[in-house]
Order: sequence, then structure tokens, then C-alpha cells
Amino acid sequence: MLSYVLRRIGVSVLILVAASFIMYVLVAWARDPLTDLYASNNPNREQLIAQRIQWLNLDQPVVVRWFNWLLGAARCVIPFGGCDLGVNIQNQAVTVLLGRAMGATLQLVTASTILAIVLGILVGIVSALRQYSAVDYTFTFASFFFYSLPSFVMGVLLKVFVALGFNNWLRDPVFSWTWIIGLSLVSGLFWQAIIGGNRLRRLVVFAASVLTTGIMLYAMSVTQWFLDPSLGPVLAPLFIAALAAGMVLIIAGPRARFAWRTAGAVVIVLIAAYFLLQPFFRGIGAWGVVLLFILAIGVGILAGWILGEHDKGQAMRIGAFSGLLGMGVIILDQYMQRWSDYLRNPRVGGRPIATVGSQTPNLQGDFWIQSIDSFTHLLLPTISLMLISFAGYTRYARGGMLETLNQDYIRTARAKGLPERTVVGRHAFRNSLIPITTIVAADVGGLIGGAIITERIFAFSGMGALFIQGLNAGDPNPVMAYFVVVAIFAITFNFLADLSYSALDPRVRAK
Amino acid sequence: MTTPIDPGAVSAGTPHSGGPTVLTKDEKGVSQGRLILRRFLAHRPALISMILFVFVILFAATASGVFGLPGWWKHDFTTLYPPVDGGRPTLTLFPFSLGEHPFGQNTVGKDYFAMTMRGIVNSSYVMFIIGLTGAFIGVVIGAIAGYYRGWVDAVLMRITDVVIVIPIIVIGAVVGTAVGGLGPVALAVFLGFVAWTGIARLVRAEFLSLREREFVEAARVAGASDLRIIFKHILPNAMGVVIVSTTLLIAAAIILETALSFLGFGIRAPEVSLGKLISDNEAAFQTRPWLFWWPAGFIVLLSLLVNFVGDGLRDAFDPRQKRIVFRRVRELPADAAVIDSQGVISDVPVGPLTTDTGSTTSVGLSGEEPDARRDS
Repeated sequence: MLSYVLRRIGVSVLILVAASFIMYVLVAWARDPLTDLYASNNPNREQLIAQRIQWLNLDQPVVVRWFNWLLGAARCVIPFGGCDLGVNIQNQAVTVLLGRAMGATLQLVTASTILAIVLGILVGIVSALRQYSAVDYTFTFASFFFYSLPSFVMGVLLKVFVALGFNNWLRDPVFSWTWIIGLSLVSGLFWQAIIGGNRLRRLVVFAASVLTTGIMLYAMSVTQWFLDPSLGPVLAPLFIAALAAGMVLIIAGPRARFAWRTAGAVVIVLIAAYFLLQPFFRGIGAWGVVLLFILAIGVGILAGWILGEHDKGQAMRIGAFSGLLGMGVIILDQYMQRWSDYLRNPRVGGRPIATVGSQTPNLQGDFWIQSIDSFTHLLLPTISLMLISFAGYTRYARGGMLETLNQDYIRTARAKGLPERTVVGRHAFRNSLIPITTIVAADVGGLIGGAIITERIFAFSGMGALFIQGLNAGDPNPVMAYFVVVAIFAITFNFLADLSYSALDPRVRAK
Repeated sequence: MTTPIDPGAVSAGTPHSGGPTVLTKDEKGVSQGRLILRRFLAHRPALISMILFVFVILFAATASGVFGLPGWWKHDFTTLYPPVDGGRPTLTLFPFSLGEHPFGQNTVGKDYFAMTMRGIVNSSYVMFIIGLTGAFIGVVIGAIAGYYRGWVDAVLMRITDVVIVIPIIVIGAVVGTAVGGLGPVALAVFLGFVAWTGIARLVRAEFLSLREREFVEAARVAGASDLRIIFKHILPNAMGVVIVSTTLLIAAAIILETALSFLGFGIRAPEVSLGKLISDNEAAFQTRPWLFWWPAGFIVLLSLLVNFVGDGLRDAFDPRQKRIVFRRVRELPADAAVIDSQGVISDVPVGPLTTDTGSTTSVGLSGEEPDARRDS
């Protein structure tokens, strides 16, 4: 195993060096970094040219420049070696630029990656469990559609039409009857297709969700909910309880008394916390929120351990998820309470969904306002990044789940009389995750590179911007810095994918 | 895995010894090629997509003219025209009429129909050339690596790794910056030089398994040269992988080209591309939304159609994917009568015998036999 890892790392380093050579030569060949100066009519043009030649060592042959760059870059690997990725055409150190850009890009891709993985796997599995039904066909077509949708079309669509439309609508946030009826019908069709069952049950589900959605939209419209949204002391506890009940139903089933007791205990603690904590939320910061989440999960695990009877593991899982989701509701409610403050802020001016950059410049406000601001800025790029990888994951999850459900051990599990929930959740789902894990791991490595277009559309100054500006100016060092980060991510995650495969599936041995 | 598919030599319907074989009526006595064709033709979405795709490309090509031939559309994609109706599209469906500028005009008055058609033609040029160049290089490298194995394989695969490490959009952008000025065809050829890696890996894997087969042994004993074995004996058997992955490469190439042109690293003015149309007019979408909808619609349409065709081809070449025997879970967990947390047995899933959506599960009625036969 160790020799395998060492060999892999050695080969990867060689590949990286070779690829960097190709990249460097190509960039040098693609565009001359002096183009903009040749075209300028600045009086001290000659001096500027000479200066830039000296900064970038343009008087040396390409191979020598690459070698120097490589020596500088190699020192980044050694701790305290004096990392040097060269300078750009303005003589700024690329290392500094790269650090800033990487922060912005990571912020952008993290949420979208997590969302894409969770939603993609969820949708893929629902699709597989309802194979050849209307839901399956709809999801299949949707995933094909998103797969065929280039990210720039998606980005422009969201930016020009969705963001603007929503901001305009927010001036008078009233749903017209056409919208209410249309959305209610869609939600009815959706839920009856997902939940399934015989005709009567489908009809009941359909009617219930049409009515619920319709009433909800009408109430939101009448109370102008979108200008000052909140869940309030009635809805928030209800949501907490509903989520916990959902967890029990999904993980343990309606007859598991210990699960209901666990969830009930967590819900009581959380509802108490909801009312007790209200006065303290104003002064809380990011770490406070993290701490609250950890506490909520801890309470859930503790409740599961005490009340778990014969299946402590399952009860602890239910408790932890209920705690996490319930605390999510509480925090969400806080954000909603501050939403109207954010809307009325003169810098925002009632048009919350931003299309440019990563934050509103000079926005004054506490932690809550600042994070609402990040949220409104990250919302659209995250959606547009998410939908693209989401499409692929759905297909893989569906295929993997179908293949697993066809295995003999699933038939055995059914034959020995396990409930369908256990068969799907414990036997099929976990095994179908093996191939998906490797695909996801390999994909995450490429995601940082894939944000180029989205960053360009939403004017995000991350890694993609570094690359595009560098390439446009024929500036080799920023482009190379971008390349190195992307390549290292890609190689590392591919490696992790292979390792995780052999770790998860003992039939596969790395050699 | 699958039965040997030396075309014409062994028909898929040949009875197998050992174990019962389950053959549907239309699998008897038909050659592999016809079988694949029939399966493809039976795949409705793929067939319709194929026809639509050819139609769209022919329509665009005849409208704007290709290979130096003039097209039937009266306007040119570079000339400025006086604005008609504020540049709005004049296309009406009831009654059908194209009008002066069916897709409207852009901000300076160019005819958007001519530009969009020209964009489709350029994008199709690029995607086919990328697809074919990439497939050719990939097949040659993959075939040689998989056939010879040993150090040849190691060297070729390390070269593939080197190219694969650089994300395609990054190397595409660099290549596009360098050669984008030479026109769409040169751009496409150069992009093809960096897009072959996926196919090379797949073809290599296929060759590694096929080269151990008896028919290769037989050819070698009969004195066939390496080249003959590679191209006459093994490659036809690997055609499924090649065709499917080329189709998917073409689908990826549309997105690659339009994305590069959008970023400004692809096709340059005066030529137009669908991606370039979107990036050029981005500022005007507020007031002239049709400038967005036409090119965006065509990009999505072309890419969707190619993906559907690729999906159909994959099903046609690899029908095992369709053979999944899955007992539909009819009653889901919330059904309290069946599920019992104490583990009391009560659930016999409603099996395939009672399934009302027949087509796929009916294959499974014979149990695992079809798959077992394939694996033997």
C-alpha cells in the first residue's frame, strides 16, 4: 500500500512538471505580454517595455524562464522555503494575488458542491426507486437539459432574467392568481408523483399539497411576507417538530417508539431554546452560530444514547439530524427577522439579489446583515454552478442505485423479510454510494477550474478572473499559478478517488 | 462479457450450450449490425433527435451557405440594415411568415437570422472537426497502447495523463488564444489535438480485453500483421465504444466551443459563433431579449439533441444497461402494515409479475438468465 502511494505521488509530480512545461510554452506562444505596450502611445513607452522585460525576464528563452519559474514554484512545497510564483505584468507578486483569489473561489464553489452532491444523490435515488414513472422521466429529462446547458447560458439567464425579475417583483410582492394556481398545481403533481401509491392515495396527496401551497402563497401575498419574512413563534416550532418527525419516518419508520421519544426530546429542547435564545441572538457571531449547531447535534446524540433502547446507533442518528435541522430552522428564522433591515439598508435599496461581485461595498452591519449580504451575492452563481454538476450526479446516482438494486444480496435482504426501508436505506443505498463517491471525488477536483465562466459572468474576482486576465494580457505567471492549483487539486482528488474506492470496496485492491 | 461480435461471423442468435437461453423473437438470426441499428431505431427519443439534428444543421447550412456556395437567405451576416420595427423579430407563426428580419436585428442593425445561422454552421464545423480529430487521435493512441502493452502503453498513458491534468477549458482557452485568429477550422483542429484523452483511455481498456480473445489468436496464427489485427480484427469490435464516445465528445465540443467563444478565446470577429453572439450582446439583453433567446436556444437544442443521440447509441450498443431487473418498490415505507421496526417479517414485495408497466420488467420474468448467459 505504502509503495503504491509513494509511486503514485512520484508519477504525479513528474506529470505535473511535464504538464506545466506544455502550459508555459503554450501561454508564451499564445500571446506576447508586451502587446498592450506596443499599442500604447505613452511617451515613456520604451522605458516601460524595458522595465517589463526586466520584470518578466523576457530576454531569456522560454525554456529558461520555465525552469526559473519551476524552481520558484518548487520552493512552495518546502515549508518556509520562500514560495515564489513570479510576478504579473504589473510586478505584483502572484502568490499574494493567488491567495486572495483562492479564498473567493473556494467560498463560491463549496456551497454549490455540497448542494449538488446532496440534491443530485437524493434526486437520483428517488428517480431510481420510481423507475419508468413520470417522476423518473421528468428528472431524466431535466438532468439531460441541465447537462446540455452551458454554464454561461445558465449564468446569463439567472443574472438578466431571474435576478432582475425578482428585484422588480419585490417592489410589490403580490402573487397573481395565475401564479398561485399554477404553482399549486405543479406542487400537487410533484408530491403525488414522488410519494406514489395507489390512485386514492395519490389523489389525497395531490389535493392536500395543492391546498397547502395555494393557501400558503395567498397568505404570503396578502401579508407581503417577502418584505418582512419570518416564521414566528407558531410556525418555527411546528417546522422543528415536522422535520424531526420526517427524520423518524425516513430513518426508523412510524412504529419505532424509541425513535419518536428521541425526536420528541430533541424537539422539546430546541423549542425551549428557540424562545430562550431570542434576546441573545443580536450579539452572536459566526462562531456562536457554529457552536449552537454543535450543541444541537450534541443534544440529539445524547438523547439518542439515553432513549435509544436496543438500537442506539439509529436513535443517535435520528437525534443528530433532528437537532441539526431544527437548529437550522431557528437560525433561518433569525435571518428572516433581519431581512427587512437588510432590504431597507440604503446600500441595498430594496433590490437584494445582486448580480455583480461578492459583497456590497461599504455595507455597514453586524454578522447577520453581512451574511445575508454574502448570501444574496452568492445565491445566483451557486445555483448556476450547482445545476451543472447536479445533472451528472443525478445520472450516476440513478444508474448506481438501479445496478445495486439488481444485486443478489438485495434479493437476499428482501427474502429474509427486511422491511423495504431497511433494504433500500441500509443495503442498497450504502453500496450504491461506492461508485458515486469516486466520481464525486474526481469531479470536485475539477470544480475549481470549472468556475471560470461563472466567475466571469458574475464579475467575481476569483481564480477564474486571474486566469482570464492573465491569458488576455499574455501574462504567464498568473496563468501558471491558476494551472498549478487546478492541476494539483485534480491530481489529488483523483488519487483520493482511487484510494477511497479500494477503502470502501474490499474487492478492489490498489496495487 | 458479450458474445464475440466479429461482424457477420457469429450471429447473436446462435444457440449457446449450457444453461437455458432466453431469446426474444427479434433477436434470432440477425446480424450484430442490424441488431444495433434496430435497437437504435426503436429508441424513439434518439431517433427523433437524430432527425431533428440533421434538419437543424441542413437548414442552417442551406440558409447561410457553406463551402463557398451561396445560401437561400437574402441577407448577409456582416451587412448593416436599416432597423425595422426597432429591431424586433418579424417572425410570425400564425399566419407563418418570415418577414424582413425573422430573428430581429442586433443593436447596430445586422440581420440576426443570418448571424444565428452562420453561428450554427460555424459551431457545427467546430464540433464535428473536434469530434473527428479527437476520435482519430484517441483511437490510434488507445489502440497502440492497449495492443502492445508494456512500455509503449506506459509511455502513451503517461502522455495522456499529462494532457488530462490540464482542464480542457484551460488548455482550450490557451490554444484558442493562439490560433483563434486563423478561423473556425484551424481552431477546431487544434482543439481536437487536446480533446482525445477520454477516448484514448476507453479504447485502450477495450483493446486490453479484446486482445486476449480467441479470434485475435486465430488471426495471429493465420499470419496477420499487427496493423491488420489492430484495424481489421480488434477495432471493428471496439466500434461501439468509439462511436458512443465520439458522439459524447461532439456534445462536449459544442459546449466547449461556445464557452470559449463566450470568453473571447474562440472564434473571432468577423466570424460569428453562437457563444460569441451571447457574449457580444450581453449588455443589450435587458432591452432586446431576443438577442439572447435565439442563440441560447440553438446551443441548448443542438447539445441536447446530440446527447440524446449518444444516449440512444449507448443503449443500442450496450443493451445490458436496459436489462436491469428491478422489482419496483410499490409500497413505500410509510405503509405501516408492511413495515415493522421490530423486524417482523411481513413484506413480500409486489414482484415483477404484477407490474403493469411491462416492457422492462418483463425481461426479468425469466429470472437472471439473460444476464447469466452474458457473463458466462
